[in-house]
Formats: sequence, structure tokens, C-alpha cells
Amino acid sequence: MNITPDTIVYWQSGGITLHATLVFTWLVMLILVVGSWLITRNLSTGTSLSRGQNLLEILIDGIQSQIEEVTQQNPRRYLPFIGTLFLFIVTCNSLMIIPGFQPPTGSLSTTAALALCVFVAVPSFGIASRGIKAYLNDYLQPSPFMLPFNVMGEVTRTVALAIRLFGNMMSGTMIAATVLAIAPFLFPIFMNVLGLLIGVIQAYIFSILALVFIASATRSHEELLAAGATPVEVTHTESTHTKTTDPEDGDRS
Amino acid sequence: MNSVELIGMISILTAGGTIGFGAPLTAIGEGIAISRAMTALAQQPDAAPTITRTLFIAVAMIESSAIYCFVVSMILIFANPFWNHVIQTAGGQ
Repeated sequence: MNITPDTIVYWQSGGITLHATLVFTWLVMLILVVGSWLITRNLSTGTSLSRGQNLLEILIDGIQSQIEEVTQQNPRRYLPFIGTLFLFIVTCNSLMIIPGFQPPTGSLSTTAALALCVFVAVPSFGIASRGIKAYLNDYLQPSPFMLPFNVMGEVTRTVALAIRLFGNMMSGTMIAATVLAIAPFLFPIFMNVLGLLIGVIQAYIFSILALVFIASATRSHEELLAAGATPVEVTHTESTHTKTTDPEDGDRS
Repeated sequence: MNSVELIGMISILTAGGTIGFGAPLTAIGEGIAISRAMTALAQQPDAAPTITRTLFIAVAMIESSAIYCFVVSMILIFANPFWNHVIQTAGGQ
């Protein structure tokens, strides 16, 4: 029994090792890229849609509405990054039910790489939307004494993101293997169903947490306080008109 | 009792203890969080999407402490660095 697909080696030559994580990551990438290419090759704007186009539209629409609900901002900016994360993880996790497939997310290398992407994306989005000075000022926010804790929090939440996904997926395959040894008939099916549910929930959690981190970097502390304190906030959610004028007021003052 | 036996025994005991303490305490915490969320849902059904999303994120956050315990115990059982070290030095002799 091995706790990570990194230990399953298919081919080795020189310093290059081709292990199961890499192979199945490529497989998932191939499925996603070729599938999307096949579907988006002939899109229609009419009333009759192909099944694939329906699927993609539902996915994109769902991800967009989730992003909009969480960030209260235009979802177009975050859709490529968050959508890619979600689709990759959810494909990896739900292909787990195919016998012989080792989910790449069950390896700490994959999840650490994904978490590093989030770690890089948070300051990138923050600096892009507010400028480097305002972003760095956030680290000194309650008081300059909080600087080490803010930096530490940035690192630990990235580690937590990686370990959470890895632990959940690893536990899924471990439990399946253990149960297979104890009660091989019928019971593993229920564990697999539970594993599917956990896989989809973890993909959702990973992308929502990445989104929350990014959204908190793009909106400054004072902005949030001001939005909560001013009476404009009451009408803020009621009409879109005040919503559009609200940030301009903030800029002028 | 030589060091191999000692390391094996302590590793297994610690692995069991890690899960034995980590999982129930996390379960209690999650139970409290979910019961509060249920109360909130019953009082304000209109806010269901927000409450559900926040609950998901919160439960995943709490769950990760149990997952850390699980990872630590799995490392102790299947990929124990001390055990590997002792086995290697014993094989070298």
C-alpha cells in the first residue's frame, strides 16, 4: 500500500522519472483540452445546442455566478484562474472511480503546485487591482507589529490549502484500499460514492478558498470598513445604480 | 528492548493517539458549527445560499485539523523517517 502515486514509477532514465502522478496529470490535461476543443469547435448561438455546449455553458455560468456571489465584483477577471483550478481538481477527483486511475490530487506534489499557483496569484491580483504600495501596506494593517503574523498567515494558509486537498484525496484512496481488504463485496461501492462526494466538495472548497484569498487581497481593509460604516451601504445592494457610483465616491474622497 | 522495537512501538501508539484525539475533537467542533448553521437556517431561510457556502468553507477549515492528524498518523505508519533510518543503519551493519 503506498500513500502517494509518486512511488509508482512507470519509466526511469537518467534523472527523469515518469511516475503515476505525472502520467495521470497529463491524461487529465488531455481530457480537458481535447474535450473543450472538440466542443468549442462548432458552437451555435441558435436555440438548438449540442450536449457538450450545454455542459460547458452550465459549468461556466455556475462558476461565474459563484464568483460573483463571493466577491461582489465582475467575475470575468477571476474566471480563467478559478475556473481552471476547479475544473482540473474536479476532473482528477471524479475520475477516481475508474479502476486503475490514481488521482493526481492524491499526491502532495500536485496539490503543492496548485497551492503555489494560488500563493503567486494572490499578490498578483492584489497588485494589479490596487497598486504595489497599497497592497504592501495591507501587511502593516492593524499595526506594524502584525507584519510577521501577516506574512506567516500568508504562508501557512498556502500549506494548509495543499495539505487539505492532499489529505482528503489520500484518505479516500486509503480507505478504499483498507475496506477492500476487510469487506471486499458491496461495501467499497458506498465508500467510493462517499469519495466522489468528498472529491467534488474539496474541489469546490479549494477554488472558493483561493477566490476568498484573492478577493481579500484586491479589496483593501479601509475600503471594507468604509463600505460598512457609510449609510450608502444600505442602498448598495438594493439598486445597481448606486452600486456603480459607489466606488467613484470612494476614489474622490 | 532494542531501538527498532522501541521506535516501532512508539510510532504505532502515537499514530493511534493522534487520530484518537484529533478526530473526535474535530467532530465535536464541526457538530457545534453545523448545529449553529441549522439554527440560522431555520431562523432565516432567505439567507440559505450564504449560510450554506460559509458553512461549507468553515467545515472544510475545521476538517483540515482532522486531516492533519490523519496525515501525521499515516506518515508515522507508512513513511516513518526514524523507522527507515533505523532499518537502513541496521542493514548496513
